[in-house]
Amino acid sequence: MSARTLGHRRDPLWLAALLHRLSGVALAAFLPVHFLVLGLAIGGGGRLEGFLRWSEEPLVRLAEGGLVFLFTLHLLGGLRLLWIENFPWRGGQTGIALLAALVSAAAAFFFLLILF
Amino acid sequence: MGSAPDELEVSLWRGGEAGRYEAYRVPLKENQTVLDLVTWIQRYLDPTLSYRFACRVGMCGSCAMTVDGRPRWTCRTLVAKILKGRRLEIGPLQNLPVIKDLAADMRPFFEKWQRAKGVFAPSQTRREAPAKIPPQSALRIAADAAIECINCGICYAACDSVRWNRDYLGPAALNRAWTLLNDARDKGNAERLRAVSGKDGCHNCHSHQSCERHCPKALNPTASIAGLKRKTLEAYLTGRIAG
Ligand code: SF4
Ligand code: SF4
Ligand code: FES
Repeated sequence: MSARTLGHRRDPLWLAALLHRLSGVALAAFLPVHFLVLGLAIGGGGRLEGFLRWSEEPLVRLAEGGLVFLFTLHLLGGLRLLWIENFPWRGGQTGIALLAALVSAAAAFFFLLILF
Repeated sequence: MGSAPDELEVSLWRGGEAGRYEAYRVPLKENQTVLDLVTWIQRYLDPTLSYRFACRVGMCGSCAMTVDGRPRWTCRTLVAKILKGRRLEIGPLQNLPVIKDLAADMRPFFEKWQRAKGVFAPSQTRREAPAKIPPQSALRIAADAAIECINCGICYAACDSVRWNRDYLGPAALNRAWTLLNDARDKGNAERLRAVSGKDGCHNCHSHQSCERHCPKALNPTASIAGLKRKTLEAYLTGRIAG
């Protein structure tokens, strides 16, 4: 059918669901890398040292800020869903989802402030 | 195809599943509904156009179509309120097979009402006195919030979980099951809980709220389904339904 048949997706809450999904996938992809780095400590600290020095590069730090954003977003999005599904209904979910995104952005911002 | 200032270019889906959009020019009038546009085309341009409507006042739920990508009740949707520019695209409801032109085949939708046990199972006969349900009882209030459904299928067409799993019972059937679950006169709840907790039941719902966003009667199937999720979990934990 036409490209315009998916108009129901032009909605902040649909976007919230999409971001929740994508942030979850990104975090799941990151987790093995995270464990791999932790594993470096086991075989003597040398390689870990090298890695930690690399992680002080500005670009890598910026990416860490992104990670904080994704993590907070996924956490708050998950809490919102648990709330919807387990407690009496509360309206204004668009505003709540927006607030979750703002808080996540603020968390990432403060994280970067501390790092730089 | 351009259109004069007092005209609109209306693209309609023509044919079955493998159809295509065809453009028509329709005069713009005051207080025109989307259904009026379709009717005008059928009366004056092409009498073979197929579409469905009955009440024209938002009661029967038969006139739902996809209008510029969103499912809407066309008899109560004013063109002036949704028009952006001079074009409008109208197709059959999504997530359902197409019979012809703008008429979607509603059978899968209603079959799911049956599968969700959306049928009242009376616990009394007509020989007994009518049940007394206090308007302020918690059950009655829960049922009230979900009861005004007109079976239009709009929520079903807007639900991506239906799009991804064609067997998912969908928001309307589950919303109906929720009203019956809260009906003190009904005795079918054991079976109903089993029906809505199965593989294609309420746990398919991702709480996107697309159904709630589009329901023309301002119902909230997401909330009803959340209620079903809680009730089915409770029934599972207390051993009333198997996993
Ligand atoms: S809330 Fe559930 S039923 Fe409603 S549109 Fe989303 S997935 Fe479908
Ligand atoms: S719940 Fe709303 S959108 Fe869904 S069928 Fe009923 S009236 Fe239509
Ligand atoms: S024609 Fe009955 S609801 Fe639109």
